[in-house]
Amino acid sequence: MSFPLLTATAVLPALGAIATAAVPAAKRTAAKWLALIVSLGTLALAVTVLMRFDPGGARYQLTESHAWIPEFGVRYELGVDGIAVALIALTAVLIPFIILAGWHDADPLETGSKRWRPTQGFFALILAVEAMVIISFEATDVFLFYIFFEAMLIPMYFLIGGFGDRAHEHGEETAATQRSYAAVKFLLYNLVGGLIMLAAVIGLYVVAGNFSLTEIAEARANGSLHMATSTERWLFLGFFFAFAVKAPLWPLHTWLPNAMGEATAPVAVLITAVVDKVGTFAMLRFCLQLFPEASKWATPAILVLALISIIYGALLAVGQRDIKRLVAYASISHFGFIIMGIFAMTSQGQSGATLYMVNHGISTAALMLVAGFLISRRGSRLIADYGGVQKVAPVLAGTFLIGGLATLSLPGLAPFVSEFLVLVGTFSRYPVIGIIATLGIVLAALYTLVLYQRTMTGPVKAEVAHMPDLRVRELVVVAPLVVLLIFLGVYPKPVTDIVNPAVKQTMSDVHKKDPQPEVEAAK
Amino acid sequence: MSAPAVHSLWTMAADPIEKIQAPKIEYGQLSPTLIVIGAAILGVLIEAFVPRRSRYYVQVFVAIVALAASFAAVVGLAAGGYGTTKAGIAAMGAIAVDGPALFLQGTILLAGLLGVFTFAERRLDPAAHGKRVDSFAAQAASVPGSDSEKAAVKAGFTTTEVFPLLLFAIGGMLIFPAANDLLTLFIALEVFSLPLYLLCAVARRKRLISQEAAVKYFLLGAFASAFTLFGIALLYGYAGSVSYATIAQVVDGTVQNVSPALAGTMGNDALLLVGGAMVVMGLLFKVGAVPFHMWTPDVYQGAPTPVTGFMAAATKVAAFGALLRLLYVVLPGLRWDWRPVMWAVAIVTMLGGAIVAITQTDIKRLLAYSSIAHAGFILAGVIATSPDGVSSVLFYLGAYSFVTIGAFAVVTLVRDAGGEATHLSKWAGLGRRSPLVAAVFAVFLLAFAGIPLTSGFAGKFAVFKAAAESGAGAIVVIGVISSAIAAFFYIRVIVLMFFSQPRPEGPTVAVPSPLTMTAIGVGVAVTLVLGVAPQYFLDLAGQAGVFVR
Repeated sequence: MSFPLLTATAVLPALGAIATAAVPAAKRTAAKWLALIVSLGTLALAVTVLMRFDPGGARYQLTESHAWIPEFGVRYELGVDGIAVALIALTAVLIPFIILAGWHDADPLETGSKRWRPTQGFFALILAVEAMVIISFEATDVFLFYIFFEAMLIPMYFLIGGFGDRAHEHGEETAATQRSYAAVKFLLYNLVGGLIMLAAVIGLYVVAGNFSLTEIAEARANGSLHMATSTERWLFLGFFFAFAVKAPLWPLHTWLPNAMGEATAPVAVLITAVVDKVGTFAMLRFCLQLFPEASKWATPAILVLALISIIYGALLAVGQRDIKRLVAYASISHFGFIIMGIFAMTSQGQSGATLYMVNHGISTAALMLVAGFLISRRGSRLIADYGGVQKVAPVLAGTFLIGGLATLSLPGLAPFVSEFLVLVGTFSRYPVIGIIATLGIVLAALYTLVLYQRTMTGPVKAEVAHMPDLRVRELVVVAPLVVLLIFLGVYPKPVTDIVNPAVKQTMSDVHKKDPQPEVEAAK
Repeated sequence: MSAPAVHSLWTMAADPIEKIQAPKIEYGQLSPTLIVIGAAILGVLIEAFVPRRSRYYVQVFVAIVALAASFAAVVGLAAGGYGTTKAGIAAMGAIAVDGPALFLQGTILLAGLLGVFTFAERRLDPAAHGKRVDSFAAQAASVPGSDSEKAAVKAGFTTTEVFPLLLFAIGGMLIFPAANDLLTLFIALEVFSLPLYLLCAVARRKRLISQEAAVKYFLLGAFASAFTLFGIALLYGYAGSVSYATIAQVVDGTVQNVSPALAGTMGNDALLLVGGAMVVMGLLFKVGAVPFHMWTPDVYQGAPTPVTGFMAAATKVAAFGALLRLLYVVLPGLRWDWRPVMWAVAIVTMLGGAIVAITQTDIKRLLAYSSIAHAGFILAGVIATSPDGVSSVLFYLGAYSFVTIGAFAVVTLVRDAGGEATHLSKWAGLGRRSPLVAAVFAVFLLAFAGIPLTSGFAGKFAVFKAAAESGAGAIVVIGVISSAIAAFFYIRVIVLMFFSQPRPEGPTVAVPSPLTMTAIGVGVAVTLVLGVAPQYFLDLAGQAGVFVR
């Protein structure tokens, strides 16, 4: 038996979480370093996965399969395709930055009870989320996926509700209330989504008799497993609902601005750049593979919802007065693009969507983490409280600008490639929707540049006059992300090479071919 | 009267009359119950003869040894194949020794063992007059607030009778799911109910509420018992027998010999339907299903918390066991009649429990309504009418009872000057003051909510799967909706514990003795193990899924 690499990639952060939580109360710094080292170790394992993965090889690689709960037909089955590898790499890359960026976020204000250890808890929870996200990307058993898809809500919930920004414009009491409101809203939305999915998971078992993604997909493809049309559609809707809440898709998005607004910036990045990706990833992996016909049936409705997400998210971002909520609404707009790319059912659209997941993760992390550094300096999330920051903190302003430009998909930065692919892929099949979606780019330029203009340019406000520039720790966080954005913007091939074969497979699952160019068809 | 007539009278009387046969009792197969009942009787003798100062220790010792021995006997029987191949009827048809009976008896015994641990806890309340005290009244017979009560408290009395009472209750519960005729069922019902009524009344603090709870429980319970008994009478009229097997035969129409005395009423469906409904009603009362749930919140709140925990866990196990046997052995032929009714009961129980729980402000009442919602989930497995349904219910009951005992044991720890601080507002910020206790309670709440990686999820999945496979998809959908509603109030408690500011005058967390710690620790361990690796126990429940007839 070979070394269970995929299991190790998920187990290492899980063990790290336990170890971090067990660090004695007084040794806060040790807990931080331990968490950082574990996250770097996980990154090393993820890189190994990336190296060992052969894009031209079998569909699922590095597979592991063990009996787990035969009574339920559940197996512990892991395997990665190109899409999963890319997202595992994204997760493993981002977590060390998230930990570094949140280095002081959980230092206890008051010396409370001797046993009260918020710092250890904060970093342990981040590692726990990482472990669960990674195993969700790896699971090829529907039940196994479901368990971690649901379980990751709990650590996320504590991260959102338990830790907030140091300073708050309305005082600590209000902040605590709003935080727990945001956390409960996050949990209830996702839990309801998950429970509806549970009904569908049970339904799938009743129909298929097991939970193995590969077996069910194969049986569906060769016709040995027939689902009635209405059954397939109900099951699809049950799965899709949960993923659409997580992703989030309009009109199920309302938890995200609350959650991202109240959480600290690193946790906000964790939500939008890492956890939410499980939703869009699962659409590709589970919805399309298990229910190809129903996916095609639902495509028009989903495309319209995605389009509304794009425009609505962007419009609301324009109107925000709060920096973090602005980024949240921008993310909703971007998730609209990702979902549109997935359901456009073209290889360009789906490659673009996968690439978009990676790029959105990096660009949002860059923008949001710098925004977090900014907010921690001034103690306010309101855009109106800033002005002229670029004169006092040029490096901070510069990296903020790069993050912003990446968010608006400036050519030369990574998100441009993916957004372009998604739009081209959508346009070739649904021209009208493709055209309307481009509005999202225009609006993105508006909200990003206006944000930059209001906070960074203009006369220096008194409150920001003595704002220090980025510290070394903060630079270490931001610089690699900026480098990645530029690198993948100029040379996206490494990612697309891994992703493309997997996308082709998925396309063949739903029996869709790319539409031929008009000229060729006319011959 | 003529001589020959007299003679014939004489000779008829002189004929060898049929001897009453001595009943054949399979002592080995009945040993779990016999051990517990014997220990209970011993406990009564201990109360009478052992000096007061050492009674507590002797009682605790006897109870623990008896329950452990009884559990060992259950394991021995199961290992000997009495749950599967050698399953059969013992004690002249009165008791079934089969898989479900042994599984449920094992669960009840373990719950009872943890119950003894929480009963015996004496470190939570401050010592009264230099004597350690437990959760029970100094002298249950003294009027609350009276001089005699004060004298009893001053003398440092404790109600050590709770241990024999507990053992009697457990003894009844062991028979209840194994009862194979209606009279045994009824006697078992009374044997475990009466001690429970008493146990509810003997709280050390808030005695009036405790006594009120006991009276309510007793009155409603008596009412339910009367229903059951009346139903049994009607079923006897229907089948001419109280034996499960015979009734089932009459229902199926395969009965061999018809009693001439009952030929007039036998096979009358009205008797069957009304009688069956009344017996089931009595069982649904014990289970706490809507609309027979009214007693649950008051009794759970008023009873001493260790009693509540034990009762919530073990009564549910025993009553669901009896309900399963009744529906699966006696009334399977009637499935098309009772399934729609049970559907309705399951739906209103799930939704009712979950919705009303939202408005609760007392942790014990909240857990009471949560237990009602859980009864609904278990009923979803009951109506599956398949072996999978049985094993899923068995698994759920096992998982649920450990979570429940653990959760109520945590409730006993959170205290202020007036005893346990059960009002939810007092739990604010508990996570900051005692992170470990709050985290443990959060684990129990998440298990109640059915979050994956806890036993609650595995159980819920098992019953919903069984229900879905039997075509009850609607139940599953309503089940997940009520789970979502229920999740709301479990989460509210977690929010309160972790995200609210602690109150300056808030409660303290008492440091318990190893007894309660064991109960809580076992609860957490079982919750997590059954959540992560449930297969062994699912197998166990799966093998135990067949009733003997």
